[in-house]
Amino acid sequence: MKPFEYRRIHTVEEIGHDDPGQARFLAGGTNLIDLMKHEIEVPDRLLDISRLKLATLKDCENGGLRVDTLVTNTALASDPRVRKTWPLLSAALLSGATAQLRNRATTGGNLLQRTRCYYFYDTARPCNKRNPGEGCSAREGQNRIHAILGASDQCIATHPSDMAVALVALEATLTLRAADGRERELPVEELHRLPGDHPEQDTVLEPGELIVAVTLPAPQPGRQIYRKVRDRSSYAFALISVGVILQVVEGRVESVRIAFGGVAHKPWRARKAEAALLNKAPTEANFRLAAEAELVDARGYGHNDFKIPLARRTLIATLRDAAHSEEEVPT
Amino acid sequence: MTNPAAIGQPLDRVDGPLKVTGRATYAAEHAFDQPPLIGWMVEATIPAGRIKRLDTGAAEASPGVAAVLTHHNAPAQTPFGEPDDKGRFTQSRAMLFDEHIRYHGFPVALVIADTLANARHAGALIEISYEPDEEAVTTAGEEADEVPGELDGGMEPDLFKGDFEHAYDDAEVTLDVTYTTPNQAAAAMEPHATIADFDGDQLVVYMSVQLIGPSVKALANTLKIDPDKVRVLSPYIGGGFGSKLGVHNEAILACLGALHLGRPVKVVQHRRHVFHNAPHRGNSVQRIQLGASRDGKLQAIGHESFMPMARGYEFAEPTGASARTTYRTDAIKSTHRVKSTDMPLADSCRAPGHAIGSLAFESAIDEMAYQCGQDPLAFRLGNMPDRDPGTGQPFASHDLAECLREGAEKFGWPSREPQPGSRSQGRQLIGYGVASTIRLNILVPSKTRIRLSADGTLTAWADMTDIGTGTYTILTQIAAETMGLSADRIKIELGDSRYPSSSGSGGSFGAASSGSALLNACENMRTRLLESAREQGLIGDEPADDARFENGQLILGDKTLSFTEVLNKSGAAYLETDGEVEPGDDHDNYSQHSYGAQFAEVHVDRDTGEVRVQRLLGVFSAGRILNPKTARSQLLGGMVWGLSYALLEELMLDERYGAFMNRDLAEYHLPVNRDMPTIDIHFREHPDPRSNPLGSKGIGELSICGAGAAVANAVYHATGVRVRDFPITLDKILRHLPE
Repeated sequence: MKPFEYRRIHTVEEIGHDDPGQARFLAGGTNLIDLMKHEIEVPDRLLDISRLKLATLKDCENGGLRVDTLVTNTALASDPRVRKTWPLLSAALLSGATAQLRNRATTGGNLLQRTRCYYFYDTARPCNKRNPGEGCSAREGQNRIHAILGASDQCIATHPSDMAVALVALEATLTLRAADGRERELPVEELHRLPGDHPEQDTVLEPGELIVAVTLPAPQPGRQIYRKVRDRSSYAFALISVGVILQVVEGRVESVRIAFGGVAHKPWRARKAEAALLNKAPTEANFRLAAEAELVDARGYGHNDFKIPLARRTLIATLRDAAHSEEEVPT
Repeated sequence: MTNPAAIGQPLDRVDGPLKVTGRATYAAEHAFDQPPLIGWMVEATIPAGRIKRLDTGAAEASPGVAAVLTHHNAPAQTPFGEPDDKGRFTQSRAMLFDEHIRYHGFPVALVIADTLANARHAGALIEISYEPDEEAVTTAGEEADEVPGELDGGMEPDLFKGDFEHAYDDAEVTLDVTYTTPNQAAAAMEPHATIADFDGDQLVVYMSVQLIGPSVKALANTLKIDPDKVRVLSPYIGGGFGSKLGVHNEAILACLGALHLGRPVKVVQHRRHVFHNAPHRGNSVQRIQLGASRDGKLQAIGHESFMPMARGYEFAEPTGASARTTYRTDAIKSTHRVKSTDMPLADSCRAPGHAIGSLAFESAIDEMAYQCGQDPLAFRLGNMPDRDPGTGQPFASHDLAECLREGAEKFGWPSREPQPGSRSQGRQLIGYGVASTIRLNILVPSKTRIRLSADGTLTAWADMTDIGTGTYTILTQIAAETMGLSADRIKIELGDSRYPSSSGSGGSFGAASSGSALLNACENMRTRLLESAREQGLIGDEPADDARFENGQLILGDKTLSFTEVLNKSGAAYLETDGEVEPGDDHDNYSQHSYGAQFAEVHVDRDTGEVRVQRLLGVFSAGRILNPKTARSQLLGGMVWGLSYALLEELMLDERYGAFMNRDLAEYHLPVNRDMPTIDIHFREHPDPRSNPLGSKGIGELSICGAGAAVANAVYHATGVRVRDFPITLDKILRHLPE
């Protein structure tokens, strides 16, 4: 670990103008500290935000829920309101990591965790995400867990969060605070970037900008299902995950939202699939057309070729489950 | 009343309270008045070649650093692999010897500092440039063509029986398939760790190692010091599974650091180090050819094994062992070829030979059963041998058929649908699988010494190790039963090279070997006690065979004497006796194995190809069961590993770098609790007097052999898809499942 300066802050106002740049926020530390030990992350300064009073869940007037950034994954997944109204989010959280990690990991931190690409973790190997311009070792290396959508020549890494997939499907919004105190709102869907020519930038956050809260809007009516496919049944990142909210009225798809995990550098909102399904009958054939519409541009890099059929099959199976379920989430 | 500590009782682990309260001292945990300095291993990042330039200036100037050891300043050593006529466990394991890189991850420097953080950071400041060997060999497959000197366990590389080519060509039904298994890690929970300290001019090495005696020799040989000046302690080991049989890299480095600085040095391998700096199991290609008559009688068994061998490190796995010993046949062709590679060291890992051999062979046998139109269970039962098919020797005992029959009944095998892919529940395809289990039963020379003190307590000493299997406990039981003592009167002292030379732990031979030596020592102690009592006139001339030893007392005729009385009368503070065991004619003349039969039920998701094992059942025959609780735990672990080999474990090799890329336990997939099904274990308990004086047989590696194949065969039965490239990950099934 490279020596660094550590400062604990108690109010957001203590975030100074000199902090942007090489400062990093420390919350649960479940990913950042590991990366610092490997000297993959080498911040000059850590601002410990874990004592900020940002760990509550608040009902919003419009039926939504505001989740402060320091709410732990465990607290969020087990909140009765979340379990009842946004079960997709609860299921996604509980499918991730382990109980010990979820107890420690925070909402904001979960969104900002970094890829698990093997080459990102191995400092002896070229990696554009770690050292821009070095090259990508994964394209022609071990890439079983890598992206099939939206990758670039520079990077084929995936974003590992399950929670983020659910938040994108639920159209959650972030409240961000810049170092100078200005606040702005940003849909979660717009937080993460595709790698393009700058895979070192995971998100669109400005230096020093802090995620203050995530707001869940009142959900679309419909059945919510999170399906995660992985090599072992727990403590494994998704090969493919799908979050679906499907409402069928009188034999037609009234509304649908779909997001994939494990396929791209960001949680992947499947708008093409949604458009293909809207107003159509919830049949196996239509599910297939929807999946194919979304995956038309998908490509594999060898070991991960199977993810394309797996994504298609998983989406069809999840839509089938959602359509056949009689139970609908009360709104 | 039965002694609750007697052999065969489910005695709780005697070291259990120490372990669960953190008082069992593992290698890295030994406490010192002055804390040892901490060493951090810096690894090479090329598979082969030489160090061109090494700049340690910034590291040496970094805070807290006491020394940076490289091949420029490390103490003198014997060259790696010498003497070449000695076994790998005593040869030199020199580190930081010269500029030569043996494999990716090979240590090129040891940074020694006051704290781990300081050492690790300084390690990142070392600048190294390499001259890579462009010819580095980082893969091995069917092209392997070197004949190894011998196979692990002493088997010959090639075995030919009958006329295989004719028998195979003439067979009515034939099968010719190639299976592959990946590189695998032992993945012990405790990483490899060592503290090197001094006691006067003696080097005292606390390390996590399975074989103590050879480790003393290896350290002395490597470091060019007198073996008398080396003491190794390894009282507790957090799992070894073969990867801790011999000394490993951090042990040599800790000793070099201590010798260089004259101060104690601790080196604990980081989890990411372990994957390259502890031995792993190499990948295998196994070509299997089977020939049978139409009615399902095997006539020809061919098994060709191809595996890597780390250059300069002789180890060849007997992958063909299962093919040579499990089924009756007229002709056998079994060959082993290796290829020298510039890969990390390949060595013993969780039942070398049988574990991955059975994975492939018992899958191929399953294929043959279907080809002959037979139930896989019936096919196996129809091919039981009456003597060892490979060696022609009679079996010391053999009840594989009984294990299969008993297991089938308990599992509910008859309810199985014969046709693969014919049973489902919702979107889940359901399948049953079976496999035979067989594992070599080995006895190795072992010694022990015991002392019976006048206070009626008994202490036993051996340089034996307990790798978490329960050795302290079963040795307590052997002494308790033989001497008629309760467990709390017995103290077992292990894991110190000052104690008598024992088998150590490995190859499932530990309990049989160290236990038989202790049994012998206790029998000698009974004789000594009787002699002493007679000399004191405490007993008459009654035949010694009539004597009983119960509750700390010697009972003969109408006399009941406490051990304390006998010793006090003789004036001795204690009596000491030695015990030993050597494998005899029964191991030369008989084929010695443990047996079992394993059954699996799996569900395969027809949408995603995910396999989830619903239940495993095993019936095992391993002679006399010394402690059903610890025996069961070992079998449970082996069955979980079998599942793991079938479905999960694989070191992902990047051939460009000769490196395993998934070097952590998040990405090297071992089963988690949720992957583990209901596991049902049954014993067929028949003491085997030809095995050893205890009548026990090896159990530690038994259940991993066959468990994986039972799972793989169940996957086939569920789906009709036969995956021959392990592990059976969902992608390999998915491509064959209809949408």
